[in-house]
Amino acid sequence: MSDLGSAPVPPVSDDDHVTGDAEDMLVIEYADFECPFCAVLSERLKSRRLRRVFRHFPIRSRHPRAWAAACAAEAAALQGRFWEMHDLLFADQARLDDPHLWARAQSLELDLDRFEADRRSEAVGARVRRDFESGVRAAVVTTPTLFAGGQRYCGQIREHALALLTQTAR
Amino acid sequence: MRDSVVPPGTLAPDFTLRREDGSEFKRADLEGRRTVLVFYPFAFSPVCTDQLNLYEEVREDIHKRGATIYGVSCDASYSQKAFRESLGIAIEQLSDFEPKGQACRAFGVYHPGGFPQRALVIVGPDGVVSWSYQAPSPGDLPGANLIFDGLAASAPA
Repeated sequence: MSDLGSAPVPPVSDDDHVTGDAEDMLVIEYADFECPFCAVLSERLKSRRLRRVFRHFPIRSRHPRAWAAACAAEAAALQGRFWEMHDLLFADQARLDDPHLWARAQSLELDLDRFEADRRSEAVGARVRRDFESGVRAAVVTTPTLFAGGQRYCGQIREHALALLTQTAR
Repeated sequence: MRDSVVPPGTLAPDFTLRREDGSEFKRADLEGRRTVLVFYPFAFSPVCTDQLNLYEEVREDIHKRGATIYGVSCDASYSQKAFRESLGIAIEQLSDFEPKGQACRAFGVYHPGGFPQRALVIVGPDGVVSWSYQAPSPGDLPGANLIFDGLAASAPA
């Protein structure tokens, strides 16, 4: 049984999805692919020089397709295409059902049989759940939540807050 | 009437809440198992929505620790049921509608504005409060980690 009691947000590990250069400021993001605020934030983060870490925090009763989308991203990650799938999922949140996930996998030229098996596998589910649990332990209560420079930012993170955040993280 | 959430080590007060089917839920219903009572201000309000959605995601984990989680508010049972169904969650709701706030007052979590404070109370199988927490303000959402801290702190030996 996983420990879900309070714990600091885990540091970056080899198993994390990381983009950006090591010397750039580090931002750890807990998000879900069906969350519109997460999609907006993702665009804003993309426009800045950052070292981004993406962690899943799907809340199924709020976003019924978020878990499947997270698993699709993990299945793409197993074929080395996490960030591409991440971008495709956020790019069209009105289309997150199975045929739309297959279409994205196809557009990334993934091995579709492997993608389909992986996204439904226990290992991928456990990977998504691991991120979620680390968020619960770090008192994440909503998406998106960012950790940067020892601070937490959550909910609708607007441009001025993001500017402040990146200043703080420098 | 208590003016702050009932502290650990205190026998749970006498109270009567209503289940969605109108039946009573009383102190005796707490005995023999661990119970997590989630007092929340208003059905359909934004923070309460986020809170119950989040706790639903860990409801099974709470259950695995031998505890049952309930939502408690002063809303009528019909409103609570509509709220629960609109969220698509299974956390059972208990109503403190009439006499309004009587159970919340007994647990020390009745806000002067006429609604429950946002508070968490864990009651052990012996009917004694084993852990409690009141958010600094009703707008603050306690992380689910706090529930697990509370359950760990009051775990049976």
